[in-house]
Amino acid sequence: MSDRLYVGTRKGLFELAPRRGGGWDIAEAHFLGDPVTAILPQPDGALYAALDLGHFGAKLWRRDPGGWREIAVPIYPPKPENAGDDPHPWSLGRIWALEPGGVSGRLWAGTMPGGLFRSDDGGESWALNEPLWHMPQRRQWMGVAGGEQPGISTVLVDPRNPADIRIGVSTAGMWASTDTGASWSLINQGMYNEYMPPDLQGDPIAQDIHRLAHCPARPEIVWCQHHNGVFRSENGGANWHELTAVRPSKFGFAVAAHPRNPDTAWFVPAVKDERRIPVDAKVVVARTRDGGESFEVLSRGLPHRHAYDLVWRHALAVDDTGERLAFGSTTGGLWTSNDAGEAWTALDARLPPVAVVRFAAG
Amino acid sequence: MPTVSFTSALRRFLDAPPAEVAGSTVGEALAAVFAERPALRGYVLDDQGAVRRHVAVYVNGLALHDRERLTDAVGPRDDIYVFQALTGG
Repeated sequence: MSDRLYVGTRKGLFELAPRRGGGWDIAEAHFLGDPVTAILPQPDGALYAALDLGHFGAKLWRRDPGGWREIAVPIYPPKPENAGDDPHPWSLGRIWALEPGGVSGRLWAGTMPGGLFRSDDGGESWALNEPLWHMPQRRQWMGVAGGEQPGISTVLVDPRNPADIRIGVSTAGMWASTDTGASWSLINQGMYNEYMPPDLQGDPIAQDIHRLAHCPARPEIVWCQHHNGVFRSENGGANWHELTAVRPSKFGFAVAAHPRNPDTAWFVPAVKDERRIPVDAKVVVARTRDGGESFEVLSRGLPHRHAYDLVWRHALAVDDTGERLAFGSTTGGLWTSNDAGEAWTALDARLPPVAVVRFAAG
Repeated sequence: MPTVSFTSALRRFLDAPPAEVAGSTVGEALAAVFAERPALRGYVLDDQGAVRRHVAVYVNGLALHDRERLTDAVGPRDDIYVFQALTGG
């Protein structure tokens, strides 16, 4: 069970430790004042934190036993003269997803404006995945809310085979590679995007995938919180079916998958989609334990009235036991559970807006 | 030689003391600074070598004209000042 919880916010990274008797306390604060966009705790104890300094760009830091040190960020190659029709910049906007590559030293970074980067030396250097970046279809990738740039919000690496990689793009569907990124294909069939023009609603590249999560023990089981619904795939994201039983609403950003049970996942629904507040101003978690046939609405310990918390894509996490959960909100709320979501405890703090929540590995 | 000065807001992240450097354009002068302090480059310029969107560069009190290629000419007594264009909340 994890004994560290990391919370990345608009103004710093907070390191939480379990409190005796339940709940968590803030043990340390790092990078106070700086926006944190991604966190990656590694089993060897290393901790990565991606910052978006706004004026001064995206930065990446790593904490080893010796302390924090700024390391390399992914850098886009020079934009060629003949790339004038590329609607997106060739410059790092934000590091949005940071995942271990399943091989010693390997990391994947999903970024805005849509580049996927790989490091084989623990983040000391990065290389753009050129095959994905040069796909002609990338011209059709669309920007996400709050920015004009598309972004890779999810990187899923098959725990059984590090060559098998799937990414979720906001907004450009789900892309898969079976050869460590040497070639890519757009795979997601069966989704629909109701805000698109009618003839594009079913197009895989038009799918507004907010977040993907797979079951680590059964990675062919993939869950998706999509802009207009919750979907599940049983074949690694190639085919999807909508889970219409989700309650109290089908809109949201985050999803967490149980580490071993392929039928269990958690979501944090909200009113779709221009309002983006909890249904009836009550914060709840939706959990399924039967593969999405039915959902339970979990609310014990969560705010019941006048709560306007929204939970972003990376701000819901489950640990490797499937028992500990945590989520943080745009209004700085943070709630944890030790019993798979049955009951929740609020952190006694008023945090900055929460972007990302992650448990330490192991 | 032109003088390059940086906003004190950078001190929170890394050292950026004022420097007198060789160069006949803003780009050359900044390149001379970055040769001494490579980590500073990514804080001021983007991946394509243009001035970051929310960074301002002034020469003798006037905004840099060419933010993409930094070709504005500078003379030995010119002051280049790098600071942040305020945003956010």
